[in-house]
Amino acid sequence: MSKRIDVKDLNVYYGNFLAVEDVNINIQAKSVTAFIGPSGCGKSTFLRTLNRMHEVLPGARVEGEVLLDGDNLYGPGVDPVTVRTQVGMVFQRPNPFPTMSIRDNVLAGVKLNNKKISKGAADALVEKSLVGANLWNEVKDRLDKPGSGLSGGQQQRLCIARAIAVEPQVILMDEPCSALDPISTLAVEDLINELKDQYTVVIVTHNMQQAARVSDKTAFFNIAGTGKPGKLIEFADTTSIFNNPAQKATEDYVSGRFG
Amino acid sequence: MSATVVRKRSALTKGQLPKFAPYIVLAVALIVGAAILALIGFNAFGWGIVSAILFAVGLVSWSGAVEGARKAKDKLATCLVVGAFLVALLPLISVIFTVLVNGIPGLITPGFLGTSMNGVTGAYDNKAVEEGAPVLGGIYHALLGTIQITLLATVISVPVGLLTSIYLVEYGNDRPLARAITFFVDVMTGIPSIVAGLFAAAFFFAIVGPGTKTGAVAAVALSVLMIPVVVRSSEEMLKIVPNELREASYALGVRKWRTITKVVIPTAISGIASGVTLAIARVIGETAPILVTAGFATTINNNVFGGWMASLPTFIYTQILNPTSPSNPEPSDQRAWGAALVLIILVMLLNLGARLIARLFAPKTGR
Repeated sequence: MSKRIDVKDLNVYYGNFLAVEDVNINIQAKSVTAFIGPSGCGKSTFLRTLNRMHEVLPGARVEGEVLLDGDNLYGPGVDPVTVRTQVGMVFQRPNPFPTMSIRDNVLAGVKLNNKKISKGAADALVEKSLVGANLWNEVKDRLDKPGSGLSGGQQQRLCIARAIAVEPQVILMDEPCSALDPISTLAVEDLINELKDQYTVVIVTHNMQQAARVSDKTAFFNIAGTGKPGKLIEFADTTSIFNNPAQKATEDYVSGRFG
Repeated sequence: MSATVVRKRSALTKGQLPKFAPYIVLAVALIVGAAILALIGFNAFGWGIVSAILFAVGLVSWSGAVEGARKAKDKLATCLVVGAFLVALLPLISVIFTVLVNGIPGLITPGFLGTSMNGVTGAYDNKAVEEGAPVLGGIYHALLGTIQITLLATVISVPVGLLTSIYLVEYGNDRPLARAITFFVDVMTGIPSIVAGLFAAAFFFAIVGPGTKTGAVAAVALSVLMIPVVVRSSEEMLKIVPNELREASYALGVRKWRTITKVVIPTAISGIASGVTLAIARVIGETAPILVTAGFATTINNNVFGGWMASLPTFIYTQILNPTSPSNPEPSDQRAWGAALVLIILVMLLNLGARLIARLFAPKTGR
């Protein structure tokens, strides 16, 4: 239940502004891939092209190919909604639906699409997803309470549960821990380690220790200057990125001698 | 061992006016104000004004002398803010008071809410004034008309207004069409109500036939006034739904229209509902458009689509302008004030309803 992603010659635009230039990357199935790099270098923008969330913004478009197990996400006739059911996403700030209970938040992907689901199957799905997100023990007695009443870390894990409840092939995470304290961060990182047994995980992070802890492979993005497009500088095993980078820019960044 | 120094008065609170200082100044201002007014002829309004000025001057200068310039400025600003608040409140209290005093005798007359003006002639009113007989006739037909017309106007306006605002917020993207709609909605907000009435009348004259005056025509006229209010308030409510929720929904593979109906609208529903209720309150008291579209009736009419129809504002208007008994207008005045009180109560109930709806539908945050 996981697919690989191959990106070929991808250019990402906001209107006429080229935000990310010429990315080629091969993301393995059932692995954790981390994107690191300075602010504004296009990591998040690139991540959002992997499930066609980029084009939600007015004027945003891409050129090039993103292949999900060989199928081009940007091929003619491809429905972005189908893509997003296969490639789930967790955002920087926890965003549970405020009008829904914890249970309904987990079932949101099913219920919002008006799929029929029996109560037993729904209960099983809620438990499986919440267990999968390491949240079950904390919320099992208050599933009918609003999701917005949870702490920030719990809300983020609720969002992860919501994302895995639709059983995607790939999970994208856009700085999932940047709004969390170290203990919640640890919980989410443990979770990422477990998720890679079943899913392909791609995570954007500003925290290099986090990239080193959770990822198998790391991609370093950089930007030449304001107004210039972001580029993929180096993509390799995490250990070699941090211990033995091939590029000077990567070495400067991971050793803190950036700029 | 070091002894704790205890002062009788803390050095940190030096140079402050005592807590009760404003009350002393107020009492002095009221007494001096009364004395000044007594010299030039006493009246309550002047007393209030003079006392307020004396209070502000007294408190600010006392504070300036004891506490310094900064505190004095603070006191001056407080006086101005409270004064402005009282000035704003005065007409409201005055209106409510006048309508209550004049309206309660009409409202508590037996049969006022339950009977119409059918068969009530000037002869009965003359008898009521000259012989002290009970005032006959009531507002049942007008109340019924107001409720039916407003309900129909709401049924027309809410779908049109809500769908327009959804287009503007979710699909408009600042396109020329969206900008044109926004512009014309703004223009519509400023349409005088009589023009809306004339539009609806002319529209129905053209398509149904000359002289068409029914509750439905009035409802169309009120919709013209209501739609821009509904569009504006719904648009604002939809705009404040965080984009993150839309993105969260898209990321789960939910289609755009489902995201709108299942995530965006439920999140904004409390604001939308209270906006609609306030729009109803805005049009329920319209007089002119109803006069030219629904005419005026003294009998009960249950059919919005046929025949002239009474409403509370037109009832008040005709009772004051053409009293049932021209020689003895007091019973008509009493009925008009009673109807005005009922109208105010209706608007108040709608506002309370809006608050209740807002609270009922508001996203829950309990743990």
